[in-house]
Amino acid sequence: MRKPGKIAGQLIQSIFKKPATLNYPAERSGMPEGFRGKLKFNPEKCIGCKMCMRDCPTGAIEIVKVGEKKFEAKIDLGKCIYCGQCVDSCMKEALGITSEFELAKLNPDDLKITFNAENTSDSQK
Amino acid sequence: MHDPGEVKITIGPQHPALKEPESFLLSLHGEKITASSVRLGYNHRGIEKACEDRTYVQDLYLVERVCGICSHSHSTCFVQAVEEIAGIEIPARASYLRTLISELERIHSHLLWLGVAGHEIGFDTLLMYTWRDREAVMDVLAAITGNRVNYGMNTIGGVRRDITPQHKEMVLKAIDILEERTKYYIELGLGESTLLKRLSGVGKLTNEDVVRLGAVGPTARASGWGRDVRKDDPYAAYAHLDFKVITNDQCDVYGRTLVRLGELMEAYSMVRQILQKMPDGPIAVKAPRKIPAGEAVSRYEAPRGEDFHYVRSNGTDKPDRVKVRAPTLANVQAVSKMLEGGYLADMSIVVAAIDPCFSCTDRLISVCDEDTQKKNTVSWESIRLKGIDWYKNQGIDFTYLNKKLARKF
Amino acid sequence: MANAIFNILVFPGFLFLFVFGFIAEYVDRKLYARFQNRVGPPWFQPFADFVKLISKQKIVPDEADVAVFKLVPIFALTASITAVLYIPVWGNKAIYSFNGDIIVVLYLLTIPTFAYFLGGWYSRSVYSMIGAVRSLTQIFAYEVPLFLCMLGPALLADTWSLSGMVAFYNQHPGYWLCNLLGFAVALISLLGKLEKVPFDIPEAETEIVAGAFTEYSGRYLALLRMALNVELVVGASLLAAVFLPFGFNLNPAAVFPLYIIQVFFIIAIVSFLRTLFARLRLDQMINFCWKYLAPLAFVQVVINLILKGILPR
Repeated sequence: MRKPGKIAGQLIQSIFKKPATLNYPAERSGMPEGFRGKLKFNPEKCIGCKMCMRDCPTGAIEIVKVGEKKFEAKIDLGKCIYCGQCVDSCMKEALGITSEFELAKLNPDDLKITFNAENTSDSQK
Repeated sequence: MHDPGEVKITIGPQHPALKEPESFLLSLHGEKITASSVRLGYNHRGIEKACEDRTYVQDLYLVERVCGICSHSHSTCFVQAVEEIAGIEIPARASYLRTLISELERIHSHLLWLGVAGHEIGFDTLLMYTWRDREAVMDVLAAITGNRVNYGMNTIGGVRRDITPQHKEMVLKAIDILEERTKYYIELGLGESTLLKRLSGVGKLTNEDVVRLGAVGPTARASGWGRDVRKDDPYAAYAHLDFKVITNDQCDVYGRTLVRLGELMEAYSMVRQILQKMPDGPIAVKAPRKIPAGEAVSRYEAPRGEDFHYVRSNGTDKPDRVKVRAPTLANVQAVSKMLEGGYLADMSIVVAAIDPCFSCTDRLISVCDEDTQKKNTVSWESIRLKGIDWYKNQGIDFTYLNKKLARKF
Repeated sequence: MANAIFNILVFPGFLFLFVFGFIAEYVDRKLYARFQNRVGPPWFQPFADFVKLISKQKIVPDEADVAVFKLVPIFALTASITAVLYIPVWGNKAIYSFNGDIIVVLYLLTIPTFAYFLGGWYSRSVYSMIGAVRSLTQIFAYEVPLFLCMLGPALLADTWSLSGMVAFYNQHPGYWLCNLLGFAVALISLLGKLEKVPFDIPEAETEIVAGAFTEYSGRYLALLRMALNVELVVGASLLAAVFLPFGFNLNPAAVFPLYIIQVFFIIAIVSFLRTLFARLRLDQMINFCWKYLAPLAFVQVVINLILKGILPR
């Protein structure tokens, strides 16, 4: 049957339904498990093969040798496209992903983070 | 010669109807369009050249970013070509997983299109509803692949992630919800008379014109041309699936809407079949970093039509040449044809009906002089003057504005 | 004199319509959002938009006729505000009233549309000109049904004054039910007058950017948007006075909330209708208005002529 205003029923229903909008900063849906967010680095496991540097599509990651068998990772989150290829490339599972995605900063320099032996979680320069 | 009642109007490169920069020059007689021309090239990003100095693994992610909506299409198309050159046979489970993501992507793309089409004809309620429902499939994609838009699912030799039983359940649940909603949209599409008034008879493209202008995808299928790479040249796991190629002979925007809605229903049944038939086994095989010399062409039915990639390798870990032909390039010639004789009011929906993705389309062509084989460099100033001249010939005079600008700077 | 200035500037003139316009826009937008299963704007959003636009840079196109371009928003606003003086808002009598004021109100409500046309035309931009021509074409489609369906109730009440009509319908409760067909036609015509979906053809965003308003910015745009809000309120008030004229014989302080509720009711219907449809094309809209709306409005006139002979007075 062709008639105008076929959507009316849904409109009336919608007005009594809870809005589908997520009131973002106040409510968060949370990201699913395995979401590709900010990288994490475990210096204990890194052997300095630099496979991650070779495979990174944007050159966002840099592994620097800081001592005997000691490496630190410099990651530029502004360049990172969160594809997780470095995690796949890493043979020793030194790199991993977290589901943290709210990474915006006012200063671009704050996006450059360094993971070193002293502070494995997140030391910001 | 010059019709006094004629008005020239440029739609784009910046215009609310176009989500990407593109220019349409329309000659109007009242509200009627008498002539139209399309100008491409506002969004050239040099992706093909960039592919040449990156490794195959890096290219995967670059090619994925050719398009934001059909990212899996481009990445699969590219990786298929590379695998063909290297002679890699991917495991069955991997091909099923690729098909799964590809169909989920089709669902999300078609729902997005339906919303955009609604917006273009001023039916914002449809936009809000379809985009709300689209979140279901987006959440599923984010859970399976780890990303909402550029999934990063493919790798040379297979896929990067496997799906778990929980994922399966989640997909089936989302598909059930979406199937019910799509049935509602089909009912709405068949019944809502203002929608019908705006869509039927608009943007006519005859069956012969489809062939002549080389239209692909839903645009071609809505003109009764049942061309679908999934059926004609099955890739991934499509050979094992049972599905219909949806066609329609309305030849107009309404037909394209019905084709897309029909494809949504087919996609739901395909996703169910994939989850049922998916064999166990490995999801990837080890691929060499260096791909032997050779060349390959790969075709893929993206949501917008046939996607085409050509890859030539030279034995190193970087490709020698990558060529991308996005479906919009094939369809954009047809737009000019569809616009002629129509109304200005229908312009936006006609353009939207091919589901355009202009930044995917733009490629650089360097023109050589035939005799001397020389390429010229043109200065910015002469391009500007040429632009002014070009527009003057089209009936729009920028000379006055140009003089004033020159005075200002 | 002081009373007249109060009427024009404060109530029911400028200040009242200014505030009521914001509230009306809020109600409209909120309902529109809720129909679409969204949250919608907070209550201060229309006011915040207004302040933001006022503080923004204003650009007048070089080729535009500066005087007309700048005066148009004020014309539109003034005409709508003047119209409200003849509509019963406080009690059953308008501030000014004479036999024939309904015609004046209808014509005053036409002025904003002409103002938009002038503003668009003298912007000298292609989009504005097309929008301007469209709004002028559209006026020929909805104006006749709107005038005709206002004629019906006036004929039944045998007066050309809005206050007189309100008084008549209050003496004869139940008579307003005769005008329901006209009410429906008037609501649809009102959508055309307010340039809302499905008749938002003159400012169709996806076709001609913003139609006649394309070149407007800063405080001129703010004034134009306010003129649109005031037009919405005045249009709804007019419909409320003509088609929902009950309760006006009560104490003015009690009538006023009732009047507000009636206006909101009409705004709610308007926002419901604009979620319901896709935008029509100009030719389809004119077809629809002449094929269906105008005959229906005419039927209303005929019905009322017959009823006038039958019903006791």
